[in-house]
Amino acid sequence: MRFIIKNDMLIPSTTDKDSLPISRLPSIPQPPLQPTFSYNPDLQQLLIGKQLLLEDIPIPFKEIQKHYENGYITYRKGIQYEGKRPVCARCGNMDTHWFATYPCSRCGETCHYCRYCIMMGRISACTVLIGWSGPVPDTQLPATIKQWKGALSKGQQVASDHVIEAINQNQEHLVWAVCGAGKTEVLFAGIEAALAAKKRICIATPRTDVVLELTPRLKAAFPEIKVASLYGGSEDRHLYAPLTIATTHQLLRFYQAFDALILDEVDAFPYTVEESLQHAAIQARKPSAAMIYLTATPNQKWQRECRTGKRAFTTIPARFHRYPLPVPEFEWCGNWQKQLQKNKLPPNVLRWITARIQANKQALVFFPHIPLMEKALPILRQYTSTIEAVHAEDPDRKEKVQRMRSKETPLLLTTTILERGVTFPNIDVAVVGAEDAIFSESALVQIAGRAGRSKDHPEGVVTYFHYGKTEEMLKARKQIVAMNREGLKRDLLKK
Amino acid sequence: MNLFLQNHCLICHEVILPSIGWKAIFSVDKEQLICPACEGKLEKIEGDQCQICSRPFSQVDSKFRNGSVCHDCFRWEEDSKWQGALEKNYSLFVYNDFLKEVIARFKFRGDYVLARIFAEHFKMKLKQLAPDMLVPIPLSDERQFERGFNQAAALITAAGFSPADLLSRVHSEKQSKKSRSERIHLPQVFQVHPDVNIAGKKVVLIDDIYTTGSTLRHAAKLLKEAGAASMQSLTLAR
Repeated sequence: MRFIIKNDMLIPSTTDKDSLPISRLPSIPQPPLQPTFSYNPDLQQLLIGKQLLLEDIPIPFKEIQKHYENGYITYRKGIQYEGKRPVCARCGNMDTHWFATYPCSRCGETCHYCRYCIMMGRISACTVLIGWSGPVPDTQLPATIKQWKGALSKGQQVASDHVIEAINQNQEHLVWAVCGAGKTEVLFAGIEAALAAKKRICIATPRTDVVLELTPRLKAAFPEIKVASLYGGSEDRHLYAPLTIATTHQLLRFYQAFDALILDEVDAFPYTVEESLQHAAIQARKPSAAMIYLTATPNQKWQRECRTGKRAFTTIPARFHRYPLPVPEFEWCGNWQKQLQKNKLPPNVLRWITARIQANKQALVFFPHIPLMEKALPILRQYTSTIEAVHAEDPDRKEKVQRMRSKETPLLLTTTILERGVTFPNIDVAVVGAEDAIFSESALVQIAGRAGRSKDHPEGVVTYFHYGKTEEMLKARKQIVAMNREGLKRDLLKK
Repeated sequence: MNLFLQNHCLICHEVILPSIGWKAIFSVDKEQLICPACEGKLEKIEGDQCQICSRPFSQVDSKFRNGSVCHDCFRWEEDSKWQGALEKNYSLFVYNDFLKEVIARFKFRGDYVLARIFAEHFKMKLKQLAPDMLVPIPLSDERQFERGFNQAAALITAAGFSPADLLSRVHSEKQSKKSRSERIHLPQVFQVHPDVNIAGKKVVLIDDIYTTGSTLRHAAKLLKEAGAASMQSLTLAR
């Protein structure tokens, strides 16, 4: 849109020859708050802590402009220029190959637009990011905030106390908890403390599945607190709530909203995605806010920062059931790809699998690539026809995981999509081709974390079949062994 | 050829590896906009097709075919009101799931640059058709403001031609929310700008998708009545 600056405020204008697209204005004046103005509470609920596009707001622009003129709404540039280089104010993208131009009918000029976050609505050089600067809606607190009465393990308790402290002091804290430690419960006391202090809090996670799984659990733990559950296409899009559970993508719609932000599975992203996520997280939280990171597998940089004392962190080295983590075994299997091309599997891999089938023990077998996995499937189906294979683009993915869960499938071949999140109670795990670059330290730790999850079956075999050990495999095993040792030392394991 | 800047696929953003060989070195290099994997998912319309609307017969049951035309076109031509309104429609690609997604991102999300993917194909076809005028199907004012651009005009511009804005839209409801019969029995949705002279001109209408052919026929009929000698159309998808 084009504006002129008049009486120290922006006035939309397409006809005035002095008008400019918003990104070309030298600065954007913010009119002072007029306390006598009667604002629209719907607009307040919709906009507080957000940065939305005009198209996202089902209220006529005239009314929005009125609120701006009375100091209740802020306008920001959708694209900022660093010299001549455009930077997307929403997602932080500044890579020139992620920008393009178009002849824009809104401002009548050739407009830059960001292609990186275009699926959230297009940000262009004449786009206005709209936010709220009026009063905050008052929230009423129920007598008891938290209904959850479960007990924490000793390891969880320590982490939980540190989370409360970080939230109260607006600090950063990393909770490094092994797979199956019970991360969610660790958050409950911290969330309660935040809510009691009338803080707005958000849990963000990369995957929609996790949002859907967490929402009912948190609603049950905090039954009288309004919870907004946000993911692509969710109905709570415009809901204002003290407790928000969102995909990390949805954070892009927030601006200085949260007093405490909990980021789950920070390591689940490739590095480049992580950068834009960091940008989203920094924008979504208030300038002074607590930041809690949850992960089972921090990357090398973070591990180093922990070791050298540059990052505040708490480990939960033991699982909730107090049995040690299964330590992966390494087994050389020769050139397994060549064998597969000849429709054969290496004999030790085959032995491992047939032993599981005969013993009636369910197992997950990870492959680095889809084509190789699909080559292995018919070979293994000679033993049991109910063996299945699953990958990210599989339309029957949900059904196949369900059949594994109901124990109809004895053996499931998979790519790395099942490396995290999914839990089957009693399984063994194998990786075929563990030397592949796709199996990073964190992927391998997560994969090993699938075994021995239930307290009735805390043991489980984890085998990495490889054609040459990699540094990542060694680091993964080292990490698991170190966690078990720490668990023993801190007396968190059964003797 | 740019040796230092890597090309990224406009659709999936993967790095496109330049083909290396004598041909690539000695021939004038065509800019590669999409990667071979995405290119492979675009299905060109080829082979046996309806003589009027270019619908590929391989995708239709033979009972919906009347000789050399499809059943839909047969019904249009049966009606004396519509007979010959649109001489012929050309379409470049099959509207498969992949193209559906690409077009949705192009026009609903407003990813304008995607028009360039089809520029070469449009250019070739338009050279062959040699029209006097290229008319994009217009959007309503609200929709044009919302999207920021007209997708049909974008396709024309990307191909290196200039659109002739002869039409405007009277009604504004979304077409995609209507059934075939609703679309066909719509009162006229377009109007021709009063001071245009298209007498004796060969006009080609441009749109992104041919679905029922109703939009194009409404526009074609109007322009024919305004004096156009021949009315054809070209769409990206069918």
